[in-house]
Amino acid sequence: MSDTTIPDTGAPGTPTRSARTWQGPDARSRLRILRQARSVAIVGASPNPARSSYFVATYLTSSTPYRVYFVNPRATEILGQPVYPDLASLPEVPDIVDVFRKGSDIPSVVDDVLAVGAKTIWVQLGIWNEDAARYAESKGLTVVMDRCIKIEHARFHGGLHLMGFDTGQITARKTIR
Amino acid sequence: MADHEYGFRTRAIHAGNIPDPVTGARAVPIYQTSAFVFDDTEDAAARFALQKYGTVYSRLANPTVAAFEERIASLEGALGAVATASGLGAQYIAFAALAGAGDHIVASAQLYGGSVTQLDVALRRFGVETTFVHSSDPADYAAAITDRTKVVFAESVANPSGDVADVEGLADVAHAAGVPLMIDATVATPYLSRPMEWGADLVVHSATKFLGGHGTTLGGVVSESGRFDWHSARFPLFSAPVPTYGGLEWSGNFGEFAFLTRLRAEQLRDIGPALAPHSAFLLMQGVETLPFRMQAHVDNARVVAEWLAQDDRVEIVHWAGLPDHPAHERAAKYLPKGAGSVFGFEVKGGRAAGQRFIEAVNLASHLANIGDAKTLVIHPASTTHAQLSAQQLLDAGVQPGLVRMSVGIEDVEDILRDLDQALDAAVSERDSAGKASSTEQAA
Repeated sequence: MSDTTIPDTGAPGTPTRSARTWQGPDARSRLRILRQARSVAIVGASPNPARSSYFVATYLTSSTPYRVYFVNPRATEILGQPVYPDLASLPEVPDIVDVFRKGSDIPSVVDDVLAVGAKTIWVQLGIWNEDAARYAESKGLTVVMDRCIKIEHARFHGGLHLMGFDTGQITARKTIR
Repeated sequence: MADHEYGFRTRAIHAGNIPDPVTGARAVPIYQTSAFVFDDTEDAAARFALQKYGTVYSRLANPTVAAFEERIASLEGALGAVATASGLGAQYIAFAALAGAGDHIVASAQLYGGSVTQLDVALRRFGVETTFVHSSDPADYAAAITDRTKVVFAESVANPSGDVADVEGLADVAHAAGVPLMIDATVATPYLSRPMEWGADLVVHSATKFLGGHGTTLGGVVSESGRFDWHSARFPLFSAPVPTYGGLEWSGNFGEFAFLTRLRAEQLRDIGPALAPHSAFLLMQGVETLPFRMQAHVDNARVVAEWLAQDDRVEIVHWAGLPDHPAHERAAKYLPKGAGSVFGFEVKGGRAAGQRFIEAVNLASHLANIGDAKTLVIHPASTTHAQLSAQQLLDAGVQPGLVRMSVGIEDVEDILRDLDQALDAAVSERDSAGKASSTEQAA
């Protein structure tokens, strides 16, 4: 259960799912990305409690051990924390840059991610830009796209299961690995 | 690298049950609690606002029930599932999520009697009109769809007529009109047929039947594919701000998760037919052996149906696995492993002979249920379908003399032996009917 930016999904020229050629990391790889991260920056974070990014912000700050930073030049405070105007202003280089921006903005966000030296760009559920994904990979970034970081974290940490969703996760161990 | 897909039997045992991280319990723990403590006031507010995952109150979510929900979702190939206290409860919350006063539903006329009255009496009284389609032809369903229609509903295997829905055809006509298709898959179970693979958007079950499988526990479940586009003019509630949840929009905030999130957060909240944790545990025990039991059920059903069909004490057998059943071709397409183990048949001699048959069985149990490990029989016209009018009975495929069987997984020779002696009793009583009735008068 969570969070998508609807406006981009129906944009002209957006390929349907069957026409897509870029393939993102599988569940095991997504789990590894989430396990290795210590900090997440949310680009396009909104102070509006009805917005998807606010749900993700609430989840990440309360249900994960990540240090979470918010980036939005038009906001000053979210969940009692300061909001930074850009990635370069953050006090550390985030491990994951989680993006709530429309598909056509993704290439410039990739450049910002590269400029600060972050290793992973995570483009949120409902946003798709294959060229940007390939460009980011060619520059050495790990790319996740059209997935919600809240849902994916919850897939491996019990939240999605608790709401009756199929996580696809099967193990006889106490912890998914 | 593609994700590994575990097989059906593995998922029937494991899906939804990762060992408890604190205690290491291998079986699913029974969380017999009404409510769950919050960490602090902020945590409480975030859980209430759906901004973080977490249990609040067992009417909305419970860890034991969640394990059952995920297991069914996995077996159906669904995005997720919401469990309920009964099969009719599952249908009701689905209808309540989809339709309101002034709206319309298109349903098969061959539904289980309780489903017919839920639509024809209860929902009609609330202003939701249902058109019952007296045909298996998708074109007849298409003709019944109006601009107020919110769902098309049918049983994949109808109880007790044994008819098999053309799920692919129904999905096509529903989707052409922007309407979702909901299938009651109680009789088939996901072992025999998975409607979402043929285009169904919603699947409901009475888990009381084959999923639980032992006649011990009531339960129901709604699963959804996550593929239907609820962000449409036909379903404005999915795109409107929700005041009770801080102005979020179901489709806007939850995307493909919108329907099931809303079903839990609104319909379970407001209507309240939650599944009990202990019941979820018992149903899950049943699901672990579903593939083996269902195969045994359909293997026995085939032997029993073929035996009955060649017996001259029997008028007709309505099992779609038989070549002369009107739905035989559809059964071969949708149910290649077998057309279920619930079907009707008519003893020669009509209603009285059917009743005598039921009074003469010794191994088969006379009761109002299906999907037990035990063989069950009943006379629908006077019991499970008694609430229907004479015309509704005919529409549902319930002739006055029809006996409904749910073939169990006993030794099939023992089932046949019992049926044989009961048919003898039914027929011999018919031959001496005059004598029998004069005796009754004397008594």
